[in-house]
Amino acid sequence: MKMDDIAVRVSGLSKRYRLGGRQKDHGTLRDHLMSGLKSLLSRNSHGRGNAGSMGSAGDTDFFWALQDVSFEVKRGETVGIIGRNGAGKSTLLKLLSRITEPTDGRIELDSRLSALLEVGTGFHSELTGRENIYLNGTILGMKRAEITRKFDEIVAFAEIEQFIDTPVKRYSSGMAMRLGFAVAAHLESEILIVDEVLAVGDAAFQKKCLGKMEGVAKEGRTIFFVSHNMPAVTRLCARGILLEEGKVCRDGSSHEVVNAYLHSELGTMSSREWLDPLKAPRGEVAMLRAVRVRTKDGQSSEKFDIRKPVGLEMEYDVLKPGYKLMPSIMLWNEEGVCLLDTPEYDPAWRGRVRPPGRYRSTAWVPGNFLAEGTMFLSVALETLDPLVMQFYERQVVAFSVIDTCEGDSARGDFAGKLRGVVRPLLEWNTLLGSENIQNNVASTNAQARF
Amino acid sequence: MESNAQVDPGISLPRQKLIIQKRSGLLDIDWSALWEYRELGYILIWRDVTVRYKQTAIGVAWVILQPLITMLIFTAIFGMLAKVPSDGVWYPVFSLTALLPWTYFSQAVTRAGESVVVNAKIVSKIYFPRLWLPLAMVVSPLIDFALSMVLLFGLLLYAGIPLSWKVVTLPAFIVLAMLTALGLSLFTSAMNVKYRDVGHAIPFVIQIWMYLSPIVYPVSLVPEHWRWLYGLNPMAGVIEGFRWALLGRNAPDPVVMAESVIVLLLVVIAGLVYFRKMERQFADII
Repeated sequence: MKMDDIAVRVSGLSKRYRLGGRQKDHGTLRDHLMSGLKSLLSRNSHGRGNAGSMGSAGDTDFFWALQDVSFEVKRGETVGIIGRNGAGKSTLLKLLSRITEPTDGRIELDSRLSALLEVGTGFHSELTGRENIYLNGTILGMKRAEITRKFDEIVAFAEIEQFIDTPVKRYSSGMAMRLGFAVAAHLESEILIVDEVLAVGDAAFQKKCLGKMEGVAKEGRTIFFVSHNMPAVTRLCARGILLEEGKVCRDGSSHEVVNAYLHSELGTMSSREWLDPLKAPRGEVAMLRAVRVRTKDGQSSEKFDIRKPVGLEMEYDVLKPGYKLMPSIMLWNEEGVCLLDTPEYDPAWRGRVRPPGRYRSTAWVPGNFLAEGTMFLSVALETLDPLVMQFYERQVVAFSVIDTCEGDSARGDFAGKLRGVVRPLLEWNTLLGSENIQNNVASTNAQARF
Repeated sequence: MESNAQVDPGISLPRQKLIIQKRSGLLDIDWSALWEYRELGYILIWRDVTVRYKQTAIGVAWVILQPLITMLIFTAIFGMLAKVPSDGVWYPVFSLTALLPWTYFSQAVTRAGESVVVNAKIVSKIYFPRLWLPLAMVVSPLIDFALSMVLLFGLLLYAGIPLSWKVVTLPAFIVLAMLTALGLSLFTSAMNVKYRDVGHAIPFVIQIWMYLSPIVYPVSLVPEHWRWLYGLNPMAGVIEGFRWALLGRNAPDPVVMAESVIVLLLVVIAGLVYFRKMERQFADII
């Protein structure tokens, strides 16, 4: 590899975070550690706070978010950075984009780099779209002349022409997001970092963003793309880097790395256990021990027949007595659409405080309900009164739903692509002839009247 | 900028290499990055000024109204009721010459002190020289200050007080006020990231500081043997300077002025070192 071809060289990069303050007794020490860790991590990612796993911290006061990470990226390469929550993705991005300083190691960048860690950062709601384009562009490091030159292009991309002189506070969230992405996407930097922006926005806009990024990649610019959206990673990136507990665990073609991620050593794709309580996601009251997907006969499985029920299961320890708990499970599809968000509904435990011990909660998704494709499971647990998030693990396990096309699923005899996020077996009724239809209308009306 | 615009990946242009690693040293401020991001400073000032008067009915008139009303209240309470001496100067003029630089100072300290914290979202998401945050907020209230000077000159005209050559020294005193605000804010804005207590303390400290500065009373009221201590307050020098330049009152002691300039420069340098040291953790702890 010629020296000149390298756009980014990362060598021995490490980042250590200090946890919490000084503690006296061991009992509260851990609580402090975890709350410190959680608040730290929840600042790294947006949305609901998450409890990541502790890095291999030798010293309990510290947490290594990244440890001895090295890799080189050639000019024009598109690299997908993947890994579970708390694996160090956000930290790596923050180091690459100079938001925070490494504890050790170095990064050599060969040109201007721009980071797009969140769209619309620095927007001011009182200012108009026009004013915000200049504000946001300047904060991202663009020059005034550069913004002026790209102005029309940005406005057109965001599709906000008629609202350009309206304060952003009157924009819909979709409009604000489009504008944010539009500004950032027009940065003239040779290295671009994109973090999970595509997880938001409607499908059409996501497609547009992906298209724009593909265009950027074709121009020969280097892109780092961080996402939980595996299909987008494989589509956009030729190369993938998998991070696990702050270390590079795999580096190769994106297909290979995504595959490795989904079949990670921490468990099969469809089940994950936390054997070491120190590494388990937890709060003060409860700790997550396992998440798995299984069939009715108790088998953990990665592939499910579309006609069969799917058991979504989480195991957790209740550590403190006297709390009412609400475990919940979310299901996401490959496009990042949340298919369902289901809090536990078990009359036996409703409104009851739970004694400490090991629990297993399972939610059954009926057969003939989900569409085909890969589904990701997120689990969360909250205490009620006061409402405190104990843990929230995004997309911990995955499984695929397969239609064997035997003719008795909702697909019937159709072999082509079917749309929709659910595919229930609906009751269909087709009549021939006006006489029959008349009769049917009459009988339906009669039923309605009754 | 132009070279970046139409980059053909086939042609290798001279590129600036950037090394990111743990930095050391006390005053290793990246001045070139600060300069490169100068438009950010400008836009932060512009945003501060624009946003301040958006959706207000009387807008910029607030800049005149606030000191005017404060002046009237001070005149009524301290000038007429408490009969605080004003070295023979008409009390409204006496208080307004002090109020304007003071208002600038308190605005600068307040806005710059919270500059990093209120921009937490940007700080934790985007790289830019963080020093621009307090710097811009020390400069921004100057615009309000300049506008409110119209009120002061109007009042001087009304009172029939002629301007002398000394008025050209005003910028020097303004710079002194800026240095004071900057030196203080470099500490408070960085400390505020870790300890939000600072945000609560600033308005309180400013209030006390106001009574420790010769705004409602003349310096001549301070006992002679306490004057040296009083001289440690750089804002006292600024206000004395304003009264000297505009009203022809006693000239500020040049030795005390020189002292406070030196002390202030040291404070600013120490502030830069402190800010730089804390800046590394901003994104991690904000």
